[in-house]
Amino acid sequence: MIGANGAGKSTLLRTLAGLHQPAAGSIHFAGREITHLPTHARVALGIALVPEGRRLFPSLTLEENLLVGARRSSAWTVSRVMELFPWMGARRRQLTLNLSGGEQQGVAIGRALMAGPRVLLLDELSLGLSPAAVRRIYDLLPSLLAEGMAILLVEQDVTQALRVSDLAHCLLEGRITLSGRPRDLSPEQVEAAYFGLAARA
Amino acid sequence: MSVRVTRSRRPATWSGLASALVFVALLSLPYLVFANVTSLLVNLFILLVLATMWNLLAGYAGLVSVGQQAYLGLGAYTVLVLAQNGVNPFLAIPVAIAFCAVAALPISLLVFRLRNEYFAIGTWVVAEAFQLITVRFPQLGGGTGASLPGLGGFDPALRQAFTYWAALAVLAATLLAAYLLLRSRLGLDLTAIRDDEVGARSVGVQPARAKRIVYLIAAAGAGGAGALIIISQLNVQAASVFSVQWSAYMIFVAVIGGVGTIEGPILGTILFFTLQQSLAERGAWYLIIVGTVAVLVAMYAPRGLWGAISDRFDLRLFPTGYWLHPQGSSPGGLLARLLRRER
Amino acid sequence: MAWLNAVVQGILLGGLYALFACGLSLLFGVMRVVNLAHGDFAVLAAYLGLAVITGLHVPLLWSTLAVAPLFAVVGYLVQRLIIQRSLEVSPLTTLLVTFGLSVVLQNAMLEGFSANSHSLPSGWLAAGSFRLTPQLSIGHFSLIVFAAAVVVIVSLQLFLSRARLGRQIRATADDAEAASIAGTDVRHVFGIAAAIAFATVALAGLAFGGYSSFDPGAGTQRLIFAFEAVVIGGVGSLWGTLLGGVVLGVSQALGAQVDSGFGVLAGHLVFLAVLAIRPRGLLPGRVT
Repeated sequence: MIGANGAGKSTLLRTLAGLHQPAAGSIHFAGREITHLPTHARVALGIALVPEGRRLFPSLTLEENLLVGARRSSAWTVSRVMELFPWMGARRRQLTLNLSGGEQQGVAIGRALMAGPRVLLLDELSLGLSPAAVRRIYDLLPSLLAEGMAILLVEQDVTQALRVSDLAHCLLEGRITLSGRPRDLSPEQVEAAYFGLAARA
Repeated sequence: MSVRVTRSRRPATWSGLASALVFVALLSLPYLVFANVTSLLVNLFILLVLATMWNLLAGYAGLVSVGQQAYLGLGAYTVLVLAQNGVNPFLAIPVAIAFCAVAALPISLLVFRLRNEYFAIGTWVVAEAFQLITVRFPQLGGGTGASLPGLGGFDPALRQAFTYWAALAVLAATLLAAYLLLRSRLGLDLTAIRDDEVGARSVGVQPARAKRIVYLIAAAGAGGAGALIIISQLNVQAASVFSVQWSAYMIFVAVIGGVGTIEGPILGTILFFTLQQSLAERGAWYLIIVGTVAVLVAMYAPRGLWGAISDRFDLRLFPTGYWLHPQGSSPGGLLARLLRRER
Repeated sequence: MAWLNAVVQGILLGGLYALFACGLSLLFGVMRVVNLAHGDFAVLAAYLGLAVITGLHVPLLWSTLAVAPLFAVVGYLVQRLIIQRSLEVSPLTTLLVTFGLSVVLQNAMLEGFSANSHSLPSGWLAAGSFRLTPQLSIGHFSLIVFAAAVVVIVSLQLFLSRARLGRQIRATADDAEAASIAGTDVRHVFGIAAAIAFATVALAGLAFGGYSSFDPGAGTQRLIFAFEAVVIGGVGSLWGTLLGGVVLGVSQALGAQVDSGFGVLAGHLVFLAVLAIRPRGLLPGRVT
């Protein structure tokens, strides 16, 4: 899901996660209507959000941050998350305040994985991270997809997003202006949809 | 889009005239009715002064105080001390008001260190401390109370008339002060702080200073009410004048009437007072009922009775905000309502 | 020796204040709510204790087994039905609502139980004491109350740091929205926190009833003492709360030693002095 600032990408993800009520329409997941389901119940169904700005718990240790997300039915455990992020093992008892932005993003993803999601909603994954950290996080995505979960990625960094996704949507002022497989979309089409040039013409 | 901005709409112009008429009518009341009516009104005025000042604190400055009775007592005892030293109690009222404002400054330095939620109990502790200090002075009557000297020479009817006029003067000054304050730059600052404190700071508003000024004014108002209490009752007792019951009264009146408007406490006071007269002999039940109503109003109709009325009829008696009249649309139209600076 | 006795009694009294303060501290720490009806609920617990003790002919200690769980349920319901709703209106609304609740509760108790004061018969506990010297003795009951305060604080600490629910409570206190996207039912967690807080309020109320006599209006002062203990000790720290309770208790006991009417005022003055000199308290918590 790509789009300019203020296109409504984060609002869309937050609405799917249950943090906003939609003004109109309904949300269905796995054949079930979940429009009025509270956030925590959606997590139980398998929808996990990695929010913009990470939103870790500052007074909890790294491991405790992961454990808050834990569910009994989930196949993910602290040790499995730590296999994915080997650096965590040595720092499990530290507060997350002192971690770098990329490491914090890792903890946020790990916390969401602990719930055993069927759909992972990733909001502005690259925001505020160094290029190296962005690459490391993105390199992770194929292994998550291989687990069988779907990922809905919201990203301002268009090149990065198109590189990893099977299906891209461009959002402009709350509406989808372009959809398709990244390899079928020309840069001009994407640019027009992104900036709303087609609408103006 | 061009928009015309005005302070008031027609109802407010009329209400200014009406307020003047009501004031003149109230002024002449001692010549028209018996003293039992005016002494009843004195109590109503005291309550209205307290509720208006509490509303200024909580509804505009966001300072929920449960300890305004500290200044109520301070005002009453200031009048007592001055009268004991030969000052006419009526002349002592303005001194008590000024003294409370001055005393509130050092107190504010202490209680403002507590964040919003704890500020409430902090002010309560101050009131309790004031009471405990007061009862330690035998010259102030200790715990049993003291009677007010200096009014023995007055003819009772004349004394009651003077008391009534004093109460009316304090009330008029309170309402006028609240009205002018909210229309001033400070009122604008307070609204900005209420809406977004960080945003207000960024355009140069000083929240601590604005809130402190309101706190001092509210203390002065409570002091005036306290001065009126001792003069109308001719005696004072620490346990009653420093009682948290006063906070209950002012909070319930303001909440039920409507926090954040000048009209709300007036409506609330009239309602509260009428209920009090009819339920007086029921004792504790009265506060149980009024307290329950206040809780329900705070939870389900946070803008109170006046909020409901003014929304329904687009009515403002004391215009402290602005009206926008977009050209080509009726003044009370949907757009105006959307654009109106509103809580 | 009289002074030493005052200090010892003050420390023990501090345990009672700390017990009162735990619930206030917990509710504020987790949901930024100051429950102004805190003291009145404690007095209500004392009345319930009286009913259980005289009705079932059980000692004070056993009555806690009935009153504390009942209060946990009351706390959960008060949170879900009243406080949650007011929190959603605005944070300041919780003050108005809990203050209204306090006035209603006080007057309802006045109607129901009359203005007469009562005290809880604590049986052999009240009578017994360790006599250390002719002037210095420690009552069994005040020792048990102090021990109860320490046990409550230690178990609260352990629960918050070790238990899954405790971790969820801390996460919710940090960032309620983030907790909800991590799968936590925030309202339920708030309810649990309130249930725990109310259970400690019940213990404090029963201990208070065994310590001294109470009447429907006694709650106001209980709230204020609890609050003073929290602020003196430092907001956000349970051990600080115990220290704050002890400092308050000792100040009051020493003040009363100077002049019998000076005790409570001395406590207020120490509180105001701490506010002036160390506004963050003696042992401020990590998170404030």
